[in-house]
This record gives sequence, C-alpha cells and structure tokens, in this order.
Amino acid sequence: MLIQFFLKVRDYGVPASITELLDLLGALESQIVFADIEAFYSLARLTLVKDETYYDRFDRAFADYFEGVNEVDIAQSIPAEWLERSLQRQLSEEEKAKLQSLGGLEALLDQFRERLAEQQKRHAGGNKWIGTGGTSPFGAYGFHPEGIRIGQEGSNARRAVKVWDKREFKDLDSDEELNNRTIKLALRKLRRFARTGAATELDLSETIRATSRQGGLLDLRYQPERHNAVKVLILFDVGGSMDDYIYECQQLFAAVRSEFKHLEFFYFHNCIYEGVWKTNQRRQQEQFSVFDLLHTYGSDYKLILVGDATMGPYEIAYPGGSVEHWNEEPGQVWLERLLDQYPKAIWLNPQPQAHWRYYHSIDMIRQIMHGRMFPLTVHGITDAIEQL
Amino acid sequence: MTRFTSTERYIVSSELALAVNAAVTLEKPLLIKGEPGTGKTRLAEELAASLGTNLLRWHIKSTTKAQQGLYEYDAVSRLRDSQLGSDKVHDIGNYIKPGKLWDAFSAVKRPVLLIDEIDKADIEFPNDLLHELDQMEFHVYETGEQVVAQQRPIVIITSNNEKELPDAFLRRCFFHYIRFPDESTLADIVRVHFPTIRKDLLSQALEVFFELRDVPNLKKKPSTSELLDWLKLLLAESISPADLKEKQSNGGLMPMFGALLKNEQDVELVEKLAFMTRRQGR
Repeated sequence: MLIQFFLKVRDYGVPASITELLDLLGALESQIVFADIEAFYSLARLTLVKDETYYDRFDRAFADYFEGVNEVDIAQSIPAEWLERSLQRQLSEEEKAKLQSLGGLEALLDQFRERLAEQQKRHAGGNKWIGTGGTSPFGAYGFHPEGIRIGQEGSNARRAVKVWDKREFKDLDSDEELNNRTIKLALRKLRRFARTGAATELDLSETIRATSRQGGLLDLRYQPERHNAVKVLILFDVGGSMDDYIYECQQLFAAVRSEFKHLEFFYFHNCIYEGVWKTNQRRQQEQFSVFDLLHTYGSDYKLILVGDATMGPYEIAYPGGSVEHWNEEPGQVWLERLLDQYPKAIWLNPQPQAHWRYYHSIDMIRQIMHGRMFPLTVHGITDAIEQL
Repeated sequence: MTRFTSTERYIVSSELALAVNAAVTLEKPLLIKGEPGTGKTRLAEELAASLGTNLLRWHIKSTTKAQQGLYEYDAVSRLRDSQLGSDKVHDIGNYIKPGKLWDAFSAVKRPVLLIDEIDKADIEFPNDLLHELDQMEFHVYETGEQVVAQQRPIVIITSNNEKELPDAFLRRCFFHYIRFPDESTLADIVRVHFPTIRKDLLSQALEVFFELRDVPNLKKKPSTSELLDWLKLLLAESISPADLKEKQSNGGLMPMFGALLKNEQDVELVEKLAFMTRRQGR
C-alpha cells in the first residue's frame, strides 16, 4: 500500500498529497513498471514530486525508507550479544561513559542503524566518503566483529551531518511556498496598476462615445490591459545571526515571489558593501557589484531590505568594518547610495520590535533609513507597504 | 500500446520515457521542466510522430488567457456584421472560434497537445485551466454548448521556471525535470544529428563544451541546442580537431564561438579567462 513510504516522503518535507499517492498506486496497478526498483523510483518521483528542488529530499526519503526495509533483515540476522561484545571490545573508557549517557547499548544500536541509513543516503547522493564506492553499505562497514569501528563510524557520520547542516546557506528560493496568505494579502496592497503594452482590450465607454459621434456607425476603440506594474528589488541578509529567522524569511520570499512580476533579489551579509550576490553557494565567485545594481535597476524600483541589522556598529560606520572582507568604504555610504537611487525604500527587521533598543546598530540603521524600519510581521509589512 | 523510446532522431533517457509512458497510460498531463535547449518542446513533436498522431501546439505568451485555449467569441465582428446587415449574424456560432483545447477535444484520433512555456503566462493562468484539464470538458456560454473530449488528449506542458506554478495545478500533473545530459548521452545525441562526425572532433568539441559550461558567472550556459548549432558550423567550416585542441590549450576563444556564447559579457569573460591561461602557460 506504500502508506509508510508515502509518510516517509512527507516526513522529509516533500509536499505530496493523497491525490498523488492514488496516482502512484494507479500507475502501479496499470503495470507500467513491474518489480524493478529503479523504475519504481522514477515512477514514484514522477507522481509524488512536483518541483526539482524537492528531488534531493525525495532521494533521501527514498533511500531512508528502502534502507529501512533491508536493514531489518540484516540486523535481525546478527546475534545481539555478538554485536554487543565486539562493540565493547572496541570502545574506550570515554566512549563507554558516553554510551551510558546515551541510554545504553540499545539506544546506541538504534543510533547506529540511523547512521547506517545516513551512510546509505550519502552513497545514493554520490558522495563516496567511506571510500568503498560500489559495494553495499553493509559490506563497507563489515559486519565481521573486527569490522565494526564505531568510533570511526561516529566521526564520519558527524562529518556527514555537518555537510547536511551546510544547508544553512541554502538559497531561500529553493524552499517551499509556505502558502502564507496573510503575507500575500498584505503585499497585495503594493499594486500599481498601469495600462501598458499593446491595446487589446475593448474600451467600451470610449467606443460608445466614438460611435455616437459618428452618428451610430461603429467605431471601435481599444486600450491596453491593466497590469501590476510595480517593480520590487529585495536584498536579503543571510547567514550569521539571520539563521534564527530563516523560516520567516522563507515565508516572505515565497509570498513575494508569487506576487510580483518585476522582482529582483540579491543577498548580502550583515550590511551592504560593494557587492551582493544571487546564489549563496557561489557568493565569492559571483558577486554582483552594487554600482551595477544601481545602474541596472531604475529608481522606479521599490527597495526592500530584509535583515536583522544586528552587528557591530563599526560594520556600518567604518571602512574595513566588514566581518568578511576589507571594505574600502563603510556600509553607511553604500546604504545611502542605495537610498539616493531608490527613494521608496524600507527595511524589514525580523527581530522582535521590543528588542530593537538593545542594539546600537539597529538604531544606526534606522537613522540611515530615516525611521523606515518595520518588524517582519504581517502588521509590520502592511505598515511598510504603506510607506512604499 | 506502443511504448515511447528513443528514435533515430531523438534520444530519451529511460526516466523520461517512463514518465511519458505513464502520462499516456494514465491520461494525466505531463509537466516538463529543464534548462532551455534540453529538448522539452522536441519531446512533444517526437511523441506525436511516434504515435502517428497530430500535434497541437499552444504557445503561451505573457498576454495569453486561458479562455483563448477554449474558444473566442468575436463580438466585434458580429457587431460589424449587424451594421452591414449580413445574414451570418443570426447564428452566434459563426462568431465562436474554437481554441487549441477545443481542437484537441474534438480530434478524431487521440492527439498530443503541447502547452508550451506555461510559465510565461499570468500567475492565474494555470488555475483557470484546472477544471478543463481535469475533466476534459468545458461549457460555451454563448451557445450553451458543452464540449466534452472524445478521448483524453495527451497533454505535454513545458515550463522554464520563470514563475512558480500553483499547487492545485501541480497536483493534477506528472512532473519530470530534464537534467542536462552527461557526456556519453550528449555524444549519443550528437551522433543522432551528425551521424558522420569524426570521433576525435566530437570528443574534442565535447571537452571544450563542458569546460565552457563549467565557467562560473556565465549569463547563459550553452545547452544541447547550442552545441548542435556549433557542431554544424564546425563541420561546415571543416575545422579539424587539431585546430580545436590548439586553441583550447593556447587559450583562445573557440572557433565559431558565436554559436555557443549568446551574450557579449560572456564572450568577454571567456576571453579574459583565455588570456589568463595563456599567461600562465608562458
């Protein structure tokens, strides 16, 4: 029935629905694939995943689930005491103490299995960090008593977890649309309708007027359609203290992206300096100069800065203050340049407003922004939009 | 039912073939995404050819409305005709122009309907088509007619990811992302298009091509269609693999670079890189 599998996929954050599960079952029933795990993988991905940004999560869920299936058999076929003894033989005193604190061998074994699953995932991902690519994960570990080296396994797994955790710098746009209607509704106020482009819509009142002027002879008048012509430029602060607010930023980003047609976004760290970037992985290689930014996007763009503005005051006020590189000019100068170009600008701050007065840097940024700093709440966004 | 596989003219991965077959069998729309130039549109053409049926293309533009795919009521010409006293005016059906979906629904043989670049349209566009694609029927208000599909057409939808598509729409589709082909698949694809190409030229060209794709900061990465254009030029100018290699190792722009690089900033960037390798080589 694949219910467990379906739940696992959802656990990993792939937004699959029951309709899609039924699709998958329907596909299996019509025997498009038969007894072929790879084809099943493709089919399940085809029906359950609707965006390539979720492929990675699906891969992990898939590996996890099917490793779980295999693992039960193998784990049961190994005598428990046999494992136990070999484990204890290899554990140092320190590790034994740690073992106790982890809740005994039972728990450790569970953890061991978990890590096993993790290892399999890595294999599936193509990162052959164990160095025995091609062999089965179980072979790689070796269930021969001498083969289990928990210490080493542990550290390897930790390293893997670290790679996993690297996702803190992942791009916000690859994340899910959180369907926060309230934010969208707030943003909806930011609409400037303008009639631009080709005249395709029948202008009824003008047609009637023109027709009667001609004494009843039909004279058709057209007008261009109405579009939301607002242009938005968003700069996101990423990394460091912003990690706590990733969720809020994702929500905002998802809402913004589906709401505006003319939308440009960039990332920065803590304060604006001479460069911003589009993808976080390649932030060093693919910097986009702020001068280019100023020249590329006209002053009719509305500027939204998202950041907690929590940093050392010198990061704003002094040259060389940046935590990441040597900046020739202080962040303040760059901020003011931006504000000169984009008179319609606001700063959204995910920090709760009550905490603002404890940070000197927030005060400084607020002054630079002439007070146009708003908390990243639905209410704050509504207020901010009014400023634009 | 015949299964869709690679033809002499078009190479499909097994995953994509499975996706197409599943969509055909289960009568679901298939949403295809992927880098520009990876053959999304070609897929629909080849599928129609292999099934021996008609391909109906509906190219979406930023001004396209969902209604245009169903039918259009030309009120303006009816008004005109009424002034001129034409007899046509009494039958409203004369002013209803069926759209692509209507064509697809009423086709005798199960057609392939290609909805090309759906992301170009307005955000609401996919939502407006939900019912029509799900039930394969719609109502013509002007005549009171109910258009029901004779048989469910095979629907292929392509997207370039310019806009996110609404969830409700995605739920009703199968989804496949065409990955950029690896070197061996790409070599297969090239051989399909240029059966007589020399092996050494091909491998040299592919090397240059993949090296170029790896250059960071390119505004537009060259893709399969660019590679094919470029190879065509190389063959037409009969450039030898040795020439190609020499340029590559000496650090110069590849011959006929215009086919691969579509942006003057990209050309500049590659030139700069080439200059740097030349200097290092010295």
